[in-house]
Amino acid sequence: MAENSCELFDSGHRACGGCGAALVSRLLLKATGKDVIIVSATGCMEVFSTPYPETAWKVPWIHSLFENNSAVASGIEAALKKQGRKEKVVAIGGDGSTFDIGMLCLSGAFERGHDFTYICYDNEAYMNTGIQRSGATPYDASTTTSPAGKCSKGNNRPKKDLPQILAAHGAPYVATASIAYPSDVVKKIEKALNTPGPCYVQIHAPCCTGWGFEGEKTLAIGKLAIETGLWVNFEMENGVVTRVKKVVRKPVESYLKEQKRFRHLFKPKINAEEIAKIQAIADKNAEKYGTDLKLKSKSGPVVP
Amino acid sequence: MALGIGCSSRPGKAGNNKTGSWRVFKPIFDHDKCTKCGMCKTICPEGCIEESEDDFFIPDETYCKGCGICAEECPSDAITMEQEEK
Ligand SMILES: Cc1ncc(C[n+]2csc(CCOP(=O)(O)OP(=O)(O)O)c2C)c(N)n1
Ligand code: SF4
Ligand code: SF4
Ligand code: SF4
Ligand SMILES: [Mg+2]
Repeated sequence: MAENSCELFDSGHRACGGCGAALVSRLLLKATGKDVIIVSATGCMEVFSTPYPETAWKVPWIHSLFENNSAVASGIEAALKKQGRKEKVVAIGGDGSTFDIGMLCLSGAFERGHDFTYICYDNEAYMNTGIQRSGATPYDASTTTSPAGKCSKGNNRPKKDLPQILAAHGAPYVATASIAYPSDVVKKIEKALNTPGPCYVQIHAPCCTGWGFEGEKTLAIGKLAIETGLWVNFEMENGVVTRVKKVVRKPVESYLKEQKRFRHLFKPKINAEEIAKIQAIADKNAEKYGTDLKLKSKSGPVVP
Repeated sequence: MALGIGCSSRPGKAGNNKTGSWRVFKPIFDHDKCTKCGMCKTICPEGCIEESEDDFFIPDETYCKGCGICAEECPSDAITMEQEEK
């Protein structure tokens, strides 16, 4: 049996095989090391990692509610500061926790300027209670509360732009990342930890169970989200976008058709009108962040 | 099991739960093809791939859930998934 004692996140957790969020937990602790206090809201990550009394976390960890995740982190940060202690404080929550239910305290903590890092692992719905839509669910995704059918094409609202909302609070560092690029995730979390003030990292964490794909494809699906422009990896420092992952874009179908949550756009027949709307979302992302890589023509300039 | 003050649980006891029993497919590592890049170890959601004494990477069958991510992502195609007879 291999010894995995150098890992701060223990094997034996109960996430589905191929879970993107489980990889987020591991990468998070790689970035923080052991001098950290983790505050975790309810959700898949909390449930699969801490069936009491068997926790996967080998660092101090506290469970909060959805509503007060950032308030608990704020209190810990203030107490550590008073005692002159140097541990980092990290709050982590799913998208439902972050975009919807915990938004009030998250906004308050950022406005007060606490020195902590907030991580959202974004699997784009309330997964642990059976795939209900959240403010992070993408347009047209079928969930149990936005089911596709005769009268519905799935979730009828676009994804909330939370990174921009938190940047507007004056956050010194806001970044998006994807488990498809693990070293980038670690780098961005480290940067957030080392930037004084409230920092935010939103990590795309594909969910095989909720999105409907085979667990082995978790990273591949994450890559496709970026390659189609439906997810953008960027960094914002003091409200200014300073780094963006550029791509040679693929049509959005290549991402959508791999997932059951978008199956209704292809079966029983292709819904070109809806796919065009999703393509427009990707086009807008690409334009807003300047993600398109211009390929240099090998044959030299084309003479008209 | 021993609990801490206020019934807080001791760190890192998840290992009591042997998730290897969930597995249907098992990753087989071909050390002739492996370039020892370490990608499989980085991305395994279970954190159950370790370096052996000769620097090769091996999955810990006690915890490997057989998700197949390592096989899908290995840049050298050194890992194949095989159905396991139990
Ligand atoms: C205030 C409150 N409402 C509802 C629930 C039930 N609940 C438990 S986990 C969960 C889903 C959380 O979704 P998200 O934050 O996206 O995390 P995920 O499960 O997707 O990882 C819900 C709704 C709860 N625990 N508390
Ligand atoms: S439902 Fe999704 S997020 Fe939850 S444990 Fe399974 S794969 Fe992970
Ligand atoms: S990913 Fe493949 S090549 Fe790299 S260490 Fe693992 S088995 Fe070897
Ligand atoms: S099959 Fe999945 S759980 Fe098993 S070693 Fe590979 S990545 Fe890890
Ligand atoms: Mg979620």
